[in-house]
Amino acid sequence: MSDNNRKNEGNEHGGLSRRGFLKGVAVAGGVAAIGGINGIPSVRASEPVVLRLLGTGVTHYKEIADQAKKDLGITIEFTTLNSDDALKRAITQPSSFDLLDTEYFALKKIIPSGNLRGMDVKRIKHYEDIVSIFTTGKFNGRMVSPQGTAPFEVSYLDGEFGRKFSAKPTEWMTVVPTVYNADTLGIRPDLVPRPVSSWADLLSPDFKGKTAIINVPSVGIMDAAMAIEAMGKIHYRDKGNMTRGEIDKTIDILTAAKKQGQFRAFWKDFNESVNLMASGEVVLQSMWSPAVSKVREMGIPCKYQALKEGYRGWGIGLGIPSHVKGKTLDAAYEFINWYLSGWAGAFLSRQGYYTAVPETTKQFMSPDEWGYWMDGKPAIGSILSPTGQKVGAPGSIRDGGSFDQRMGAVACWNTVMDEDRYLVRRWNDFVSA
Amino acid sequence: MSQPEQNSALPEAGTRRRGSGYHWSTPSASRIAPYLQVAPISAVFLFFFLIPVILVIVISFFNYQTYDILIPDFTLMNYQDVFSSSVTYKTYWTTVKLSFIVWAVTLVLGFTISYFLVFHVRSRSRQVVLLLLCTIPFWTSDEIRMISWIPLLGRDGVVNNFLLATGIVKQPVEWLLYSQFAVVLGYVHLYTVFMIVPIFNSMMRIDKSLVEAAVDAGAKGWQVVLNVVLPLSKSGLAIGSIFVISIVMGDFVTVNVLGGGQVASIGKEIVTDLSSLQFPPAAAESMVLLAFVIMLIAALVKIVDIRKEL
Repeated sequence: MSDNNRKNEGNEHGGLSRRGFLKGVAVAGGVAAIGGINGIPSVRASEPVVLRLLGTGVTHYKEIADQAKKDLGITIEFTTLNSDDALKRAITQPSSFDLLDTEYFALKKIIPSGNLRGMDVKRIKHYEDIVSIFTTGKFNGRMVSPQGTAPFEVSYLDGEFGRKFSAKPTEWMTVVPTVYNADTLGIRPDLVPRPVSSWADLLSPDFKGKTAIINVPSVGIMDAAMAIEAMGKIHYRDKGNMTRGEIDKTIDILTAAKKQGQFRAFWKDFNESVNLMASGEVVLQSMWSPAVSKVREMGIPCKYQALKEGYRGWGIGLGIPSHVKGKTLDAAYEFINWYLSGWAGAFLSRQGYYTAVPETTKQFMSPDEWGYWMDGKPAIGSILSPTGQKVGAPGSIRDGGSFDQRMGAVACWNTVMDEDRYLVRRWNDFVSA
Repeated sequence: MSQPEQNSALPEAGTRRRGSGYHWSTPSASRIAPYLQVAPISAVFLFFFLIPVILVIVISFFNYQTYDILIPDFTLMNYQDVFSSSVTYKTYWTTVKLSFIVWAVTLVLGFTISYFLVFHVRSRSRQVVLLLLCTIPFWTSDEIRMISWIPLLGRDGVVNNFLLATGIVKQPVEWLLYSQFAVVLGYVHLYTVFMIVPIFNSMMRIDKSLVEAAVDAGAKGWQVVLNVVLPLSKSGLAIGSIFVISIVMGDFVTVNVLGGGQVASIGKEIVTDLSSLQFPPAAAESMVLLAFVIMLIAALVKIVDIRKEL
């Protein structure tokens, strides 16, 4: 209410205009309404439960929190940080949140701290239906690429409060997957003079001064490795876990490219990548699927180009910190079960992400949406983003095709390497060179 | 280190004189009074500056691993990494170069603008309004500034379109954005105000009769500026310089945004380490930077005795 009071005071000082008065009334009404909603006891919990969710913002949509409130009576408070800061918080201040959404590669740093508890798979309702990429590491009967931090390698713990990963599925899961995707290069088809078909084009002189790279070592090095391997300059034993020699060679090639003016910019933040692309400063760069959608929503052509070497995969999951117990723990499980039950999955699928339990997601999407996003079929009507903007015209096909085509072609995963410390030092050299 | 804080505790010479009068009248209270006066700022200083800095020093000697971010130890490895890397020296060179350019530009701009405000703008209220206008760059967030430079300096921006239309250039000028030029522009745009305020402050105290006397004695306009105004603004120039140099040396936001992430800076190197949870090397680099900036400021204070000038 104090905000409301302040607002009215402000109006008195400035003279009570009609508009200001109306605004004051609206604010008063809004505050009253919120107060009212909070006052109503929720259906399931005897008193309102609040879950503080820390994460990177990939899945932090107000709509999801609102729907969870409606369906479960649980209030979700998002703390949204960039992936580096979220990880830092997860390790240094675990008691500041009740749920964590984290990238799979970051688990290699979080689990040894003991800050996450294993999640009992028996309490996860749709556990059996979770896409096998995360449980057995198989996709359509084939093992997924082990290069980088493949999610199944870090999906299980050796005990409820274990600090070690289990190579085989156990009853304790580190995190329950929420979204994942296959990333590739985004291009501006109107500004790219020739077809782009390989990761090598990221370093091709044809696009000199018009490419960008992400300045997060765990991700940027994988994009660079895909490009360098495609050029045939280095054959990595495992590009997701390079040796010092391989890191050195990779950084040398990148530094040389930088000095020749190959890159227009390095970016770290989702919005930066959108701006670079939308303004045409950059015509080819590694992008995230919603960033491509966002550029398109502005009416600017942008293509998420499938490449012959395959995709860089990543995944995010929800985990529960060790300190959570009792009613909050129950609520956390309840929220995660709700997450897998379809509504949230459908919402996030419309952003271009994939969800952990496609069966439930399908029930919340129209056949046309499902056909476009998952089956790679041409759209019948317009395809809309969750916020109602058009991202695909009738007849258009999702870049890269179907779920099976895209996830089946993941060649490596975002990663934390054994030589992480050395990599970060050398990455710094590259950025400063 | 205690100098600036004492200065801020005693903003006017007049206050000090009045205080010393009180000092003589009650000698017993006088011994405690100054200590009580500095106690609050000292406490703040101790808890929010000294203790954190000591912690950073301690951590700079720690060891670390990917899975164990702080291992208590006494190792010089982090400092060895800093000093053995040629990148460190290159980065310092770039940062010092940028700081110097920004310092020189903001100094000239700050002096000129303050001179205009003090000696050409007659009304006090207009002076204040104009001074407040200098803070406009701070009215927007980093995000907004980041976006709004693109339509101005970008490949397809206003400046490039103008240059192309007038035939001055045939190809869009690439170095306007995401370059050292852009970084310097951004710094000047933001930090000139830190130069203006202290210089304005010292110029306001110049006794106008000194200027009149100089003119009466036959000094020309430029001679008045050079021999009267400039020497009497020295403390403002020095304080402004300290602000600008220390901010630019430690910056990692502007350089990242306008350098397109490609221009090196020490602050950015520290941030990259922190982002990767490599706290000990970040601590070591911070200590080296702190020592470097302290030396710079010490040299500056040596040239201009700020306390005497105030």
